[in-house]
Amino acid sequence: MGGVSTSHVLLGLLCAGPQHGYELKKAHDERLPRAKPLAFGQVYATLGRLERDGLVAQTGQDREGGPDRTSYALTDAGRQRLDEWLAAVEPPAPYVSSTLFAKVVVSLLASGAAAATDYLIAQRAAHVARLRELTAVKTARDASAGDVVAADYAIAHLDADLRWLQTTLARVTDLHQEVIT
Amino acid sequence: MTALLTGTGLYRSYGPTPALRGLDISVAAGEIVAVTGPSGCGKSTLLHCLAGILRTDAGEVRYRDQDIGLWSEAARSRLRRTDFGVLFQFGQLVPELTAAENVALPLLLAGSGRREARKSATLWLGRFGVGDLADQLPGAMSGGQQQRCAVARALVTEPRVLFADEPTGALDVLTGEQVLTEIVHVAREQGTSVVLVTHEPRIAAYADREVALRDGVLDPTGLGLGLGA
Repeated sequence: MGGVSTSHVLLGLLCAGPQHGYELKKAHDERLPRAKPLAFGQVYATLGRLERDGLVAQTGQDREGGPDRTSYALTDAGRQRLDEWLAAVEPPAPYVSSTLFAKVVVSLLASGAAAATDYLIAQRAAHVARLRELTAVKTARDASAGDVVAADYAIAHLDADLRWLQTTLARVTDLHQEVIT
Repeated sequence: MTALLTGTGLYRSYGPTPALRGLDISVAAGEIVAVTGPSGCGKSTLLHCLAGILRTDAGEVRYRDQDIGLWSEAARSRLRRTDFGVLFQFGQLVPELTAAENVALPLLLAGSGRREARKSATLWLGRFGVGDLADQLPGAMSGGQQQRCAVARALVTEPRVLFADEPTGALDVLTGEQVLTEIVHVAREQGTSVVLVTHEPRIAAYADREVALRDGVLDPTGLGLGLGA
């Protein structure tokens, strides 16, 4: 999965009405729980680019409290750009690119089947531990719908990785033969 | 934590085929333990032995420090009505009884009054989201609804230990997760221990701990989920 487009997410958050950078950062972290929190610098830099491109416009300044409190609103062009992004289907996994996969192949080249197997077993244990953590997040009594949906996404991907780790453990010897000849 | 249920040196064969080959396991009060492993690793046999459904060929199953292998069939059957709840992949509801009658059955067998049993049954059906199906026969329900009834039936006696063998194996992903989440909530609230047999990592993750089996013994690599399972 590539990185999430911060600019499109900010355009979406501005559909709720004009907001300044700090409010947008808070809204982002709240609506996309368990995503990497957005840095303030990134929010202001992105807003600057969006304004330059005419997708958002300044609507006022609130100088109370010191820091930059410029409010921004979505423009018609911004709304159109957002709608295009929302409707566009993402290419499903165009490249097979994964650190896990690369590490197994390189491990076989550099260190042999035993090292690759050790790595796969250790990685599996780390995945299982994370799977259990996220499942606990989901089953907590006070879990919000956002928590559950975010955890579901991560769990589904960890589960897919785990299936791959299992089958690759069984195929290490075959893969080793292929890699070294 | 002190152990509520232990199996020590468990052996069990089906004819010449060994299913358990000297296995040790311990479950604490309130603990959820996943028993994992590929098909044929002995995990279902282990569940049946721990629940007192199957006798072991050798070894001891102790529940609250008593060797239940020494008990009569009737005493072990009584234990399953009062202290244990058992849940399989397919509901195994009595087809001639309504959902509420099915769920009330273990209470009636344990000596509860009819009215009280009916009340508890309705409560538990509600908890698993099938309260409005109380008067339906199993044949009129979907597989998922039947399984929710079966979970309610397994928990209605508020057992100390729930034995669940691939309890969501026949359910769609969302229904399976709802059922498991509710089982976890019940277990946490009531301090119920759960022995959860599964071959899926995603399901095992609901447990506090995973015990991996291979060929009837503990798998020291922890890779019980099995290659290609």
